[in-house]
Amino acid sequence: MTAPVVLDRRSVLAGGGALIVSFSLRGAIAQEQKPQSPALPGSLAKSPNLDSWIRIDANGQVTAFTGKAELGQGFRTAFQQIAAEQLDIPFDALKVITADTKLTANEGYTSGSHSMQDSGTAILHAAAQARALLVAEAARRFDLPPDGLRTENAAVIAPDGRRLGYGELVASDMLHVQAQPTSSLKDPAGFKVMGQPVPRVDIPAKVTGGAAYVQDMRLPGMVHARVVRPPSYGAQFVECDTAAIEKMPGVIQIVRDGNFLAVVAEKEFSAVKAMHALAAAAKWRESAKLPNQHDLANVLTALPSQDFAILQRSDPTVSGARSLEATYTRPYQSHGSIGPSCAVAQFIDGAMTVWTHTQGVYPDRQAIAEMLGMAPASVRLIHVEGSGCYGHNGADDAAADAALIARALPGRPVRVQWMREQEHGWEPYGPAMVTKLSASLTADGKIADWNFAVWSNTHSMRPGGAGALLAAQHMARSFAVPAPKPLPLPEGGGDRNAIPIYNFPNAHVMHHFIPAMPLRISAMRALGAYHNVFSTESFMDELAALAGADPVEFRLRHLDDQRGRAVVVKAAEEFGWTRGQQPPRNRGYGFAFARYKNLAAYCAIASEVEVDRETGRARLVRAVAAVDAGQVVNPDGITNQIEGAIVQSTSWTLYESVTFDETRITSIDWQTYPILRFNAVPDSIAVHIINRPGQPFLGSGETGQGPAAASLANAIAHATGKRLRDLPLSRKRIKDAIDA
Amino acid sequence: MMTLKVNGRDHQVDAEADTPLLYVLRNDLALNAAKFGCGLGQCGSCTVIVDGKAVLSCVTPLVLVEGKQVTTLEGLGTVATPAPIQRAFMEEQAAQCGYCIAGMMMRAQALLMRNPKPSDAQIRAELEPNLCRCGTHMRILRAVHRAARLMDTADAASDRSIR
Ligand code: FES
Ligand code: FES
Repeated sequence: MTAPVVLDRRSVLAGGGALIVSFSLRGAIAQEQKPQSPALPGSLAKSPNLDSWIRIDANGQVTAFTGKAELGQGFRTAFQQIAAEQLDIPFDALKVITADTKLTANEGYTSGSHSMQDSGTAILHAAAQARALLVAEAARRFDLPPDGLRTENAAVIAPDGRRLGYGELVASDMLHVQAQPTSSLKDPAGFKVMGQPVPRVDIPAKVTGGAAYVQDMRLPGMVHARVVRPPSYGAQFVECDTAAIEKMPGVIQIVRDGNFLAVVAEKEFSAVKAMHALAAAAKWRESAKLPNQHDLANVLTALPSQDFAILQRSDPTVSGARSLEATYTRPYQSHGSIGPSCAVAQFIDGAMTVWTHTQGVYPDRQAIAEMLGMAPASVRLIHVEGSGCYGHNGADDAAADAALIARALPGRPVRVQWMREQEHGWEPYGPAMVTKLSASLTADGKIADWNFAVWSNTHSMRPGGAGALLAAQHMARSFAVPAPKPLPLPEGGGDRNAIPIYNFPNAHVMHHFIPAMPLRISAMRALGAYHNVFSTESFMDELAALAGADPVEFRLRHLDDQRGRAVVVKAAEEFGWTRGQQPPRNRGYGFAFARYKNLAAYCAIASEVEVDRETGRARLVRAVAAVDAGQVVNPDGITNQIEGAIVQSTSWTLYESVTFDETRITSIDWQTYPILRFNAVPDSIAVHIINRPGQPFLGSGETGQGPAAASLANAIAHATGKRLRDLPLSRKRIKDAIDA
Repeated sequence: MMTLKVNGRDHQVDAEADTPLLYVLRNDLALNAAKFGCGLGQCGSCTVIVDGKAVLSCVTPLVLVEGKQVTTLEGLGTVATPAPIQRAFMEEQAAQCGYCIAGMMMRAQALLMRNPKPSDAQIRAELEPNLCRCGTHMRILRAVHRAARLMDTADAASDRSIR
């Protein structure tokens, strides 16, 4: 194994007295283990040994391990804060190792705003319990009761001033023990590191040109590959005269396996040129029949569906009179990572190593091993950051591409970089959705009856097996796309946040799960919650208008959840929301609220927009958000996530839809898939965090997407007097509505 | 072989003349900052400064920069001794994934070199070609304003030291 690794197992094991049992020795078994004690907090339930999370070397070096991947959310820093706080170690002295199938626990995917809840919670408790073990050992050596001892600066200190460093206290198996269900956590009132806006550890390299991304890897002897994708879904390779291309300067090899076609060259730009030549020479038989993109709502609702009644609440004593119904739609939308997907793979002595920005090193390893017909133990996936992904983009596919090509060139590290058109054309999109809502109001202006139906594909086609990977679908011995499954509640997929958080006496929610997938789709930030919250919160405003009520007051009328009420009130106050307020001409105010998945962070957003009546152009002028993400670890990290969510959701909501003709995807770059630019950036965004010391961490990475969309839509309706229900709320749609 | 001046040093480069500058910077010179985002001149993540102007290195063939001064983010400063623009981006924590950030910083740097006191509107207009998908825009704007202030005080300090 000549490839550089983040941490060499042997050197770890060789470090005399070091406190770790190599994860790889147990990893394969640990994955199979049933949760041993479901009561264990966070990911400790699946990987219960303390040394899966915290390692202390004999020299005193402390390392925290997470199976989650840093995707630009900044939680590497947050985890470092948690471990430093609970262990009483200086922040800078601690190392964090992220997702690597050889070193870290199997935490599945980094998705669903789960990182803080799963991994953050595991590290919190593992660190606290490790500290307790160190204190107990010190008590034994000091021959003092543990109660009188304190920890400071990576040492246990006795009342008489004697101190023992953590490195001196560790014994080889001290942390190789199962976690306990409860820990003696520090009192949040005494926190020094947690709760502070500690600067992110990854930013200095990123602003000075340090190697920070998988795109920046340069291994000795590395070659560059480019893939030539078929022109459309399901296209079959017919022929390609490669003779001239093989002779192009620098070209090393053309790799073809069924419909999988790639070229490898010594230099990157040679690979790019050869790729263009190869694409021009290859002949394909196309057969795709894509739906009519202008009639998506009818197409989707006409497809066969599996129907689930996911909420049926009745109170025959309450019934409504005035009623309303509405249909909302969302198109397919792209993750649109700024850096197209990239991976490096190396195949040596029957072992495959892949450096990838996947969100799930273990599941992706499983899929790649299956594709290659290798044992998973012979495949190692190491997470290295890529460009922000916002869900399942081309990362896993690029990793598979690199592995398949690397197998054809044993020994040589192969770097595969997708081109812009490939990322836009082949990534699995956020699924199109349709919602139909109806409700009625009681005489005193409360919702008596609420009906919500959502039509959607699944929201995750992430690798479970090889069939999820493009390369595996395209190779001669091809793997079929696995049958899609609806994601289970309470988190849900297409039905995520379809169940209202509000208290309605009669409420019926239907999930129409559509197995057929006209376009390649998978998980995109917030999954179905983006559209379901957009629908719910738009409709709440429509009903408030029918009731003659102020939108904020109308929400509070139906909201019992105290933490929910608190963020609604906070956002309204900070925005300066007042009943019946008159905005300046061509401006409007909007409000929206949700608790992500009804179990993660709470978020309320008030917006002010400006609409140009001549052109239909809408611009978010300012947004004020209030968030409750439980115990805050890094307030600036949460603020950064919410600011980003508002801007990104504004872009989705105002501009974005994947376009296609009968056979091909036609939105293949930033010209054909425009996103928000600086001219549309708001004047200000304010984020107010309600900290809940001692409460569980609630993931905040996705909580803003839905409320931002609905808040914007409501503000546009306020500014124009017209309600738009089809995403995106494009300039043309706004203009047409104004002119209608 | 041709000579390329990058970050104040001459480099002998063996690359075909039509090779975009971006690939030469990243591969031949092993510089990380300029990023491949689209290769089409549509996103700005490859932005570098050539003779004082912000340039999209993905669509700039090598022949066009022969004899010119190319500056990348690496040429401005280091973690230990950051340039004002780098300090400003660190202080404002102006990154999420950060992939777009080097390009943003180079375009902003070119603006500040030409106009040390840009208005907010001028900064927004200047950054128009550069895309950020994470939605870090508010922080990027704050960081550019901060960089302008830092450069101003740095200049004032060096003026004093000259006198
Ligand atoms: S990579 Fe050069 S503009 Fe996108
Ligand atoms: S910070 Fe991720 S693209 Fe800008």
